[in-house]
Amino acid sequence: MSPTSTPKGAASLRADDVKPEALTKGPKSRTGGLASWVDDRTSAARPTSYLLKKVFPDHWSFMLGEIAMFSLIILLVTGTFLTFWFVPSAGRVIYNGSYVPLKGIPMSEAFKSTVDISFDVRGGLIMRQIHHWSALLFTVSITVHMFRVFFTGAFRKPREINWVIGTILSLLAINEGFTGYSLPDDLLSGTGIRAAEGFIQSVPVIGSYMAYFLFGGAFPGEAIIPRLFTVHVLLLPAVIVGLFTAHIVLVAVHKHTQYPGPGKTNDNVVGYPFMPVYLAKSGGFFFIVFGITTLMAALVTINPIWLYGPYDPSPVTAGSQPDWYMGFADGALRLFPGFAEFNVFGFTLSLNVFIPSLIVMPLLYTIAGAYPFIESWVTGDKREHHLLDRPRNAPTRTGLGVMAISFYLILFLAAGNDLIAIKLGLSINDITQTLRILLLVVPPLAYWVTKRICMSLQRRDHDLVLHGRESGRVVRTAEGSFFEVHEPLPEHERWTLVQHETLTPLQLTATVDANEVRRKSTRRERLRAKISSFYFADGVHPVTPAELAAAHHDGSAREAIETGQDSGAQEPSDQGWVGQLHGGADERPETDAYASHEDGVDSSPTSER
Amino acid sequence: MSEHGTESAGEHVSQPGTALRLEQGQVEGAGNSEGQVGIPDRFSNPGLPPHVSRSADLDEVAAHRAERQVATLFGISMVATLTFLVAYFAIDQRTYQFIPGIGQASLSNIVLGVSLGVSLLCIGLGAVHWAKTLMPDTEVTEDRHPQRSSDEARHETVETLEAGGRASQLGRRPMIKYMLGGALGLFALPLVVQLAGSLGPLPKADLATTFWRRGMRLMRDPEMTPIKASDVTLGSVFHVLPEGIDKSHDVLEEKAKAAVILVSLPPAVIRVPRERDWGHDGIVAYSKICTHVGCPVGLYEHRTHHLLCPCHQSTFDVANDCEVIFGPAHRPLPQLKITVDAKGYLVADAPFLQPVGPSYWER
Repeated sequence: MSPTSTPKGAASLRADDVKPEALTKGPKSRTGGLASWVDDRTSAARPTSYLLKKVFPDHWSFMLGEIAMFSLIILLVTGTFLTFWFVPSAGRVIYNGSYVPLKGIPMSEAFKSTVDISFDVRGGLIMRQIHHWSALLFTVSITVHMFRVFFTGAFRKPREINWVIGTILSLLAINEGFTGYSLPDDLLSGTGIRAAEGFIQSVPVIGSYMAYFLFGGAFPGEAIIPRLFTVHVLLLPAVIVGLFTAHIVLVAVHKHTQYPGPGKTNDNVVGYPFMPVYLAKSGGFFFIVFGITTLMAALVTINPIWLYGPYDPSPVTAGSQPDWYMGFADGALRLFPGFAEFNVFGFTLSLNVFIPSLIVMPLLYTIAGAYPFIESWVTGDKREHHLLDRPRNAPTRTGLGVMAISFYLILFLAAGNDLIAIKLGLSINDITQTLRILLLVVPPLAYWVTKRICMSLQRRDHDLVLHGRESGRVVRTAEGSFFEVHEPLPEHERWTLVQHETLTPLQLTATVDANEVRRKSTRRERLRAKISSFYFADGVHPVTPAELAAAHHDGSAREAIETGQDSGAQEPSDQGWVGQLHGGADERPETDAYASHEDGVDSSPTSER
Repeated sequence: MSEHGTESAGEHVSQPGTALRLEQGQVEGAGNSEGQVGIPDRFSNPGLPPHVSRSADLDEVAAHRAERQVATLFGISMVATLTFLVAYFAIDQRTYQFIPGIGQASLSNIVLGVSLGVSLLCIGLGAVHWAKTLMPDTEVTEDRHPQRSSDEARHETVETLEAGGRASQLGRRPMIKYMLGGALGLFALPLVVQLAGSLGPLPKADLATTFWRRGMRLMRDPEMTPIKASDVTLGSVFHVLPEGIDKSHDVLEEKAKAAVILVSLPPAVIRVPRERDWGHDGIVAYSKICTHVGCPVGLYEHRTHHLLCPCHQSTFDVANDCEVIFGPAHRPLPQLKITVDAKGYLVADAPFLQPVGPSYWER
């Protein structure tokens, strides 16, 4: 209390309080009563009403991220169930449960409790299988969601941070998956841990120390199962849930992106409010995802560890593959040639293991995480983007994306080289060699083909806007020639095809300034201009009104953009069907057609009306 | 093109109302100038397309039908939930049933899973159907605002930060700054040291030694019976463990290093004299732990004398001292020197003379 204040009676301390009757004013309904009670204590009214009224745009591809979100919830629920019966211990026991083929076999408590969940806990198998299927769905949906975000350019400013968070989430998710499927300590996953121990040993200088620290001594030891358990149920889920929350909060802060279309701009969101439409749609979709996952778990067996048996370092099953999301890393191991192991001053540098197992994955994820910053540096584009790109309108980005996917897919295929060899009756050596070559050849090819396809699609859009749709109505003119009437696109359809902007390559500024002094850092600028031209040099510009008008005036099929000839604009026809006649060349009098050819390439185009 | 407009940065600007050629990339109209009706440089956004009403919006019968469908879906869900509850108690966990398309399967798992799945799915389908047919489908537009805060807010934040920094006198009292930096830099060390130091022992020579000692019998894995040299027929292959490993304190840890594969070749095909010397009459023993990442090299092809690792397909040529002939491994599998004892059983003549298993730095 400040020294100038005058002493008052105790009652006057509360003199400024709001009178009780003023507090009770508010919505009169029952919901209103409850809401008032909560709001009196939390002042939640304004944020709640903001969230309830929040508008989400509608598109099927926006459900991919939702599948990931709902799978995460399913994983948390079913995973918690499993912890009630799973025993995270490598302690040795002799099995004496109800699954006869394993009776009398020594195994770890982890394996035994997993078999018990599958055979002796009522409904335990369904929970285990929902958990495993859901983990696969989680990683699949994250991956496909990433593709959507990448190809539509949704990672651009202001969403770069969220892209980085998403990339980390994806990396954590696959490692969460690995720690999870390693827990049952069955022969298949134990072989996976054995390989992981080999990866860690390959770290230069400190590899064997790291391995002994992580495993608490020699492989397999009794420490790794409880340690993986803590990582799987506590550490990684906590980080994943934390980052996921940040991911969702940022989605709300940025407001969802939307696809371009009539009425949609960079400054608005067009869609449906959360209350009631998205509450029902999204809430319902959660149950759909949960329901389908459960049906899969009921009807399709996954990870039948009782068939693999408990882990033993001596036997191994042929055709051992990790879960799908670790496939690319396993494939990298299979393709990486063995000559990359070196002897350095009497020490062993095992790059044939270290690079594919411990470098490739973080490297790929770092490149993915850095991409938004690279692209914005190249484009020099620092504006906010809330309208998505149609993938065809960003041919270079789309090409690079497909290039990365093809690289990933070949690594993924390589993880199944033994299965391919068996199923197709081919030599595994040939398959591996072929995949090694394809890994280097296919990605650039995929880039090039994708870029060409995108540009063709852009040209198709371009033509569609200029020439409209074929109506199927053939008209005979007074001169006796025939043409098909083309109907111009309706305004709302046309907008989607012409709304995008095209970026032109950055131009190099002068290398000397106004005072004829050489400017510094031109090398960096030259590089940037070069990459910029790689990105944008051969873009197809969207049709402008002037071009559409020109196409209509021209009224013939001889627009140079199609024929590639420098035939020039012809005098517009005055016959009243301007703008609708884009049929064959026959629609014009022959004399005109010949005239344009006689003019030759260098003819000065006629332009006067 | 000079007649059509001036060229600037690869774009072409038309004069109002003139026809153009279309070959030169983007052509922009010059807009509305000098009172002429010109062509705008870009198309303008036509705004939201006209709303199309659904049948349930216009037809009360259709709306009723949708209502019944939603209610039915929720009803099915309730029935499925009850089925789950009944099946949970009624179906024995050990009942197996032939299901077409699936085969012999746990009845309990299938009934519980299908009923739970249908129960969840129908709630979801009902809710989505409700939203799509009966809830308002008029599109709503919400404005966006730039992420950037107002200049005043940004200025104020920076000002507060800097004022706080000044008020703390950090700049004026460097002693505090450096000591705080040191303290904060060091405080995490005890945590790191506790964790790293206590996680596990140092490897020492552990990775380089195995359970094998001179004179140990080679035992069949997993029967743990000794192998007579005369029982090893030409072309046969044995999975082998050292005698007494099952009595060892750390069975799995020892197995992970000591597993051996025993192969009998015609002595003539063995191309390396040392390999022949370390074997017995064409019977040779090699470490089964792959030199790549440590999987057991379990697949032997006896016509080609190749050993294949099922994990990453490293292939070793037994006839040529288990050199790598294909795949990502680099080093050959180490050989175990064997001989026969007085009773004709195969025994180790020496422990492994080099570390087995995956490579590591100081091996």
